[in-house]
Amino acid sequence: MSDVLERPGRWTRRLAPRGARSPWRQPLAVLGAVVLVVWLAVAALAPLLAPFDPLEQTPDRLAAPGGAHLLGTDSLGRDVLSRVIFGSRLSIPVAVALVVGCLVVGAVLGALAGYLGGWVDEVVMRVADMVLAFPTIILAMVVAAALGPSLINAVIAILLVNWPQYARVTRSLVLGATTREYVVAGRLLGAGPWTSLRRDILPNVAAPVLVLATLDVGSAILVLSGLSFLGLGTVPPTPEWGSMVADGVQQFDAWWIGTSAGLAILSVVVAVNFVGDALRDTLDPHTRSSVAGRAL
Amino acid sequence: MSEVRLAVRDLRVELGGTTVLDGVDLDVPAGQVTGLAGESGSGKSMTALAVLGLLPRGGRATGSVRLDGRELLGLPERERNAVRGRHVAMVFQDPAGAFHPLLSIGRQVTDHVRHHLRLSRAQAVERAVDALDRAQVPEPREALRKFPHQFSGGQLQRIAIASAIACEPQVLLADEPTTALDVTVQAGVLRLLRSLSDDLGIATVLITHDLAVMSAVADTVTVLRAGRVVEQGPRFDVLTRPQDPYTRSLIESLPHGGRA
Amino acid sequence: MSNDVSTRPADDLRGSRRRAHPLVRYVLTRLGISVLLLWGITVVTFVLTNLVPADPLAAVLGDQAAADPQIVAEYRRLMGLDDPLPLQYWHYLVRLLHGDLGTSPQTRHPVAVDLAGAFPATAELATAVLVVSVLLGVGLGLLAALRHRRFTDQVIRVVSLLGVSTPMFWLSLVVFYVFFFRLRWLPGSGRLDATLTPPPHVTGFYTIDGALAGQWSIVANASLHLVLPALVLTLYIAGLLVRFTRSAVLDVLAEPYVTAARARGLAPAQVTFGYVLRGALLPILTMVGLAFGSLLSGAVLTEQIFAWNGLGQYAYLAATKLDLPAIMGVGIVVGVTYIAINFLVDLVTGVVDPRVRLR
Repeated sequence: MSDVLERPGRWTRRLAPRGARSPWRQPLAVLGAVVLVVWLAVAALAPLLAPFDPLEQTPDRLAAPGGAHLLGTDSLGRDVLSRVIFGSRLSIPVAVALVVGCLVVGAVLGALAGYLGGWVDEVVMRVADMVLAFPTIILAMVVAAALGPSLINAVIAILLVNWPQYARVTRSLVLGATTREYVVAGRLLGAGPWTSLRRDILPNVAAPVLVLATLDVGSAILVLSGLSFLGLGTVPPTPEWGSMVADGVQQFDAWWIGTSAGLAILSVVVAVNFVGDALRDTLDPHTRSSVAGRAL
Repeated sequence: MSEVRLAVRDLRVELGGTTVLDGVDLDVPAGQVTGLAGESGSGKSMTALAVLGLLPRGGRATGSVRLDGRELLGLPERERNAVRGRHVAMVFQDPAGAFHPLLSIGRQVTDHVRHHLRLSRAQAVERAVDALDRAQVPEPREALRKFPHQFSGGQLQRIAIASAIACEPQVLLADEPTTALDVTVQAGVLRLLRSLSDDLGIATVLITHDLAVMSAVADTVTVLRAGRVVEQGPRFDVLTRPQDPYTRSLIESLPHGGRA
Repeated sequence: MSNDVSTRPADDLRGSRRRAHPLVRYVLTRLGISVLLLWGITVVTFVLTNLVPADPLAAVLGDQAAADPQIVAEYRRLMGLDDPLPLQYWHYLVRLLHGDLGTSPQTRHPVAVDLAGAFPATAELATAVLVVSVLLGVGLGLLAALRHRRFTDQVIRVVSLLGVSTPMFWLSLVVFYVFFFRLRWLPGSGRLDATLTPPPHVTGFYTIDGALAGQWSIVANASLHLVLPALVLTLYIAGLLVRFTRSAVLDVLAEPYVTAARARGLAPAQVTFGYVLRGALLPILTMVGLAFGSLLSGAVLTEQIFAWNGLGQYAYLAATKLDLPAIMGVGIVVGVTYIAINFLVDLVTGVVDPRVRLR
């Protein structure tokens, strides 16, 4: 009897389901976390760490790595290392903010759809389907092109494209949770809808959605830099990794420009994904496939 | 008649460093229903899985499991697999979950028959029809062409039992076979299990947390608690004059709580 | 109004066959949803086109003409830009249904003509990538799940994670630089060597058209040209499919029906392929349909570097030049393709899954 009515709730209790391992015992997760911390430190301390002003143009153009410029210079004689360092100040916080934005919008709409049902559900999910019918980059490209190229517009574009996956996951989790016996029992015992949403449903929804969000920071960085690479994100003088790769395409022989920026993106995204994977294994072994979904 | 088919001695199972079974002894005679009781987590299902050699990864069984005198523990995987479904068959708790939703009933009732007995498709179908008939599944031939979602839980459990007895095994492990079913069809499934033991001489292990179920069909009852046998004996003795306080508490909870 | 037009066919059919075969009903429902999605795409592109703050007239007419109010007024009247929005949308929809996607100010061609030329190039690349990725992704994903948490699993996991974490546009650059520019092992530009003429147009796939015409040197050359761009995209798509297959198979492995199949003593290979993989197949198929979207996104980011004159390169050029009709055209074609693919996936699901096929 107690099996059915017990509330798994509070995810301190969910932290160690059967067969799951703490993320700290997974070497890749630790590696990912370390790399992330390093990048966050680099972003925070960029002005102190960068040897040059990332915008300063020098006559020393397209200098190979080594000497004064550890990673060489670009076509305008700007120090590549400094630009990579300052690039982290842009890509990482913007990606995180973007994911938080998607999460809030998507989770609220999804929770409403799942909890209220009826026409609200119908409208929200049909709109979500429509948006999902466009591949992310293409729709973001369409939006960014329509609004004009700028970082803010790129963020708006991705936000418009990315909320539906959160809405979907949240909705299905809320739907699943509302029909569980302990939630029903809670309502019968007189818990109001708000209390029931907060106390019984939210804890069930939180873990999978957080896992999705963590993994999504990686794809947000990829899509953002992709849009900048296409010239639809940040505007030229700003040091940004995607547009640095685009510079690398222009300056083909200066392989160090594109390589440095590309490795920067790769390292952050891999680190985020290592951490996200470990979190998923730990918090949420059961909704694995609902979250493994789409990236670009 | 009542020779012991399955003899379990000092069975210990470790799962990821924790001991889940701690020296279980169990005799399962032919033609009898041997009850295995205890609450969830007491190691009932683990005993069945250890007998079949299907412990989750990281599980390790020691002791002795003999089928008609032949030691099963430590057999190479190939020979172990030849025993499963052929000599020792199992029926699971949730009949809807125990069938592959995309495969026809026919596939799932004949696959192992063809594999174990090296029969042709047609021969296997005949055998499956007999088994379904035996398990009182109406219109067996039509049933083979259908899919799991087209049956009720009670019907599916009968089909699962038919599938289990299709190779005429010596031992049948029934793990909570009625727990997921409506009360109205539970009795029928229990009667079926009883009749298989009586008529075919199958040695049945009935695993259940429900002492009411136990009292209806079991010949002997073994009570497990935290991986140990706390009480063992003929059904009547165990249920009416329990020696162990744990068994007593299980029985006392019966009329008030019913089943969970 | 517009709503009625696009949803009516599905509704009518559904109404008239209330007792239709469940599969028919399922297909009609899916078709209805697809049509609804198609309609949604037209609304999205129309809204976005009309949202443009920068006056597109300048781009079409040129700065001088755009400065002349008379010309502008005449143009607006001709193009119906002064009509109320719903009417404008209606005209837009009618034009779309006639295959008129506008004219690209950049190439000065009708967008539809440009797209028709670009589509087969991307389709050929995408098909190659999808075939290889499905084989590789499903195979490795299954292997990883069966070897859960052992060495093989860890290696496959890390490699597939690297695959989905690598920025494709950068990887294109690296691969191009290393294998074409430095090593000269493989062609890195275009679909055929410049000295060769494309085979007679049948499917638009150079490899197939070459084979149909018996020009085997073309087939060989076109295949070599496919390698590098396909490699980049495959790394990503296969990585995606490995990760998904692994999770899906792990989920199935936890299903009681797998334990039940094992308890019946079936041969391990029969359990793996007949039960486990079959159970994961429909979710994987759905994922392949969704991965197609990532594939088209990836094409936008890679084709440019390999001078692969497909949709991706066209979209890239359109985006960098803010060529709105062209971008919208790409959006529509990609959306339609994506919806069509996923409709097909739904169809296959309906046929394979007895729970849909039979009551």
